[in-house]
Amino acid sequence: MEKVRYDQKANRFILDLEKEDYITLDAIVDRYGDKPGYLIPALKDAQGKFGFLPLEVQNYLARGLRISPSHIYGVVTFYAFFTTVPRGQHVIRCCMGTACYVRGVGDVVKAIEENLSVRVGETTKDLKYSLEVVRCLGACGLAPVIFIDEDVHGMLEPKKVETILKRY
Amino acid sequence: MKKSRTQVMVCAGTGCVASGIWLVKKALEEELVSRDLQTEIEIIPTGCNGFCALGPVMVVYPEGIFYVQVKPEDIPHLVEEHFLKGRPVEKLMYKEPVVKTVVPLMSDIQFFKHQRLIALKNRGLIDPERIDEYIARDGYFALSKALSSMTPEQVIEEIKKSGLRGRGGGGFPTGRKWEEVRKYDRFPKYTICNGDEGDPGAFMDRSILEADPHAVLEGMIISAYAIGAQQGYIYVRAEYPLAIARLEIAIQQATEYGLLGKNILDAGFDFDIAIYPGAGAFVCGESTALMYSLEGRRGMPRIKPPRSAESGLWGQPTNLNNVETFANVPSIILRGSEWFASIGSEGSKGTKVFALTGAINNVGLVEVPMGTTLRTLVFDIGGGIPNKRKFKAAQMGGPSGGCVPEVLLDTPIDFDSLTQAGAMMGSGGVVIMDERTCMVDTARFFIDFSVDESCGKCVPCREGLKVMLDKLSEIVDGVAKEGDIEFLERLGRHIQNTSHCGLGQSAPNPVLSTIRYFRHEYEAHIKDKKCPALVCTKLIKFQVNEERCKMCGLCFTACPAGAVSWEKKKPAVIDQTRCTKCKSCIRACKFGAIE
Repeated sequence: MEKVRYDQKANRFILDLEKEDYITLDAIVDRYGDKPGYLIPALKDAQGKFGFLPLEVQNYLARGLRISPSHIYGVVTFYAFFTTVPRGQHVIRCCMGTACYVRGVGDVVKAIEENLSVRVGETTKDLKYSLEVVRCLGACGLAPVIFIDEDVHGMLEPKKVETILKRY
Repeated sequence: MKKSRTQVMVCAGTGCVASGIWLVKKALEEELVSRDLQTEIEIIPTGCNGFCALGPVMVVYPEGIFYVQVKPEDIPHLVEEHFLKGRPVEKLMYKEPVVKTVVPLMSDIQFFKHQRLIALKNRGLIDPERIDEYIARDGYFALSKALSSMTPEQVIEEIKKSGLRGRGGGGFPTGRKWEEVRKYDRFPKYTICNGDEGDPGAFMDRSILEADPHAVLEGMIISAYAIGAQQGYIYVRAEYPLAIARLEIAIQQATEYGLLGKNILDAGFDFDIAIYPGAGAFVCGESTALMYSLEGRRGMPRIKPPRSAESGLWGQPTNLNNVETFANVPSIILRGSEWFASIGSEGSKGTKVFALTGAINNVGLVEVPMGTTLRTLVFDIGGGIPNKRKFKAAQMGGPSGGCVPEVLLDTPIDFDSLTQAGAMMGSGGVVIMDERTCMVDTARFFIDFSVDESCGKCVPCREGLKVMLDKLSEIVDGVAKEGDIEFLERLGRHIQNTSHCGLGQSAPNPVLSTIRYFRHEYEAHIKDKKCPALVCTKLIKFQVNEERCKMCGLCFTACPAGAVSWEKKKPAVIDQTRCTKCKSCIRACKFGAIE
């Protein structure tokens, strides 16, 4: 994705929208424009297409949906699902539910952080991995659990981390 | 309809899907085809059985034999022995965790024996993606009874008499809520199903939506009829894709059968349901925040009154109930309020679904009558604590609840007794903790959660919890002072009394209840600078207690940094300069010799 670049001065990731991107966004506006209250699904669709929600996308949607950009920014920053920084190729989601916590997911997270030298909520410099901590994924029977993309890795121990990460 | 001699119910809940049920199902299908048995033996994917830790699970009917942890490579043997020769395979059956006997029949397993199913009555028995199977189990009969022979007032009266209380945590009487919404003459009215199940360690709503989506729809339609609503919403966590997919199928099928849409069952009543996936905010489980979220705004709770019954979604009268509450409604209408009120305890009627997790043998989902004691839940159904460790506490009600210690094991579980014990029913997550859990660290975990999920609107919750977190961090890091416990108690009560919404009012509960029952652990951290459970890294010395050391060398093999030196018949020694404090040795040591 060369369209995504990091702007030092603005201290944020910028997405250069091209013609087809505007068409995509227009389609989203058409789908939800006349339904009040459907901002969150609209943002979800947009994030599904672009991987994240930079100001460019937010502002364009604001114009189309006739909602103020500040309102959209407020919603985007409120919900954990939305992100304004691009995600890595592989998203590692560690379950921080009580069951996983009691069974030691904290040590697993630490092992991943050391292995990839990133912290929770960050993406590796090569945009390969993003490390996230999420709330209970409801797979408490397999605690501690991490998800890498859609794959579930359960009953983990810190020492297993390296071998699992190597597979991606 | 064709008949098969044997039905194999494969569990297709999230837990079993994660442990690979689809691969098992595929292997089974192929094996049946290759032996030409596919017409005789039917494979039916069902909703969650609740026994997620032992997944993938399957039940073979008519015998009712329960197989656990089935792998694709077990399938040829299973088909050969059980389906051809009629000899069930013992190797794959459930083994009782304490006495290790094999239990072939599902109905004999302790975990299932003590349960009484109302909200989960169809779990493991029907294919959630086929409406006909739900109807065959008396599905939508309650709706037709309500529409054809009851007035909305009678429906409300029936629910009121049954004593059903909201299963989402607050325990507000459902019938009274409906009556309140019915009172207002402004239209449109809404009915909303709250499926934003955020409590860590709770997954019963997900399980109900996956296993029996039609029961929730039926409950919603009945509520809409009772209060006079035209539109329903189901707000589901985005983290539950399978539940959303099954709901979509269910809504589509119900619409095709004329159970949703215009003129339902020719009763002149119109109602539609839409699904609204959430976007990951715990506070959206609060009713007013959820409605703001539905309106496409930041999900921040507002001050009540006005209650949502008067001014809810888009300022209209709105009813909001939890998934489990709706799932109870059809059975009440069909079997009568007297039947429902005969189950449960004095102030809490019916059953409650609990998600039993943590340090317990049978991890899973259980439904028991209200008033069952915690002891039954933990030891009879849960099978006790693994590795012969000691029960320490049960954390109930998630970040809003508290810890129930061993002395209160005989407390009946219902809304009022739990509140008295300083915990709360919450959505029904029960996390069992054994002696290796540090209560201070656990309290810190929950406050950390609440700090993260606080919406930031009111000061006591936004700032107060942060101060609490800092104080707790000082305690686990060993830099706290005397008097900090009293400070936490004062601050906790202050936050409870002055926060706007349920999140803030209940967020200090984990701290206050652990101080109440485990004050000595706090004191050990502060005064002796010791963590009795060996969890708080900064308070562990990483030294070998030579008296306890049995010189087995397990810590030596476990250490990844090579910091442990050990020779036969000599206690191990840990080299402090090389130790990375990873705690591998503590996990490895069976004698608790490392301090």
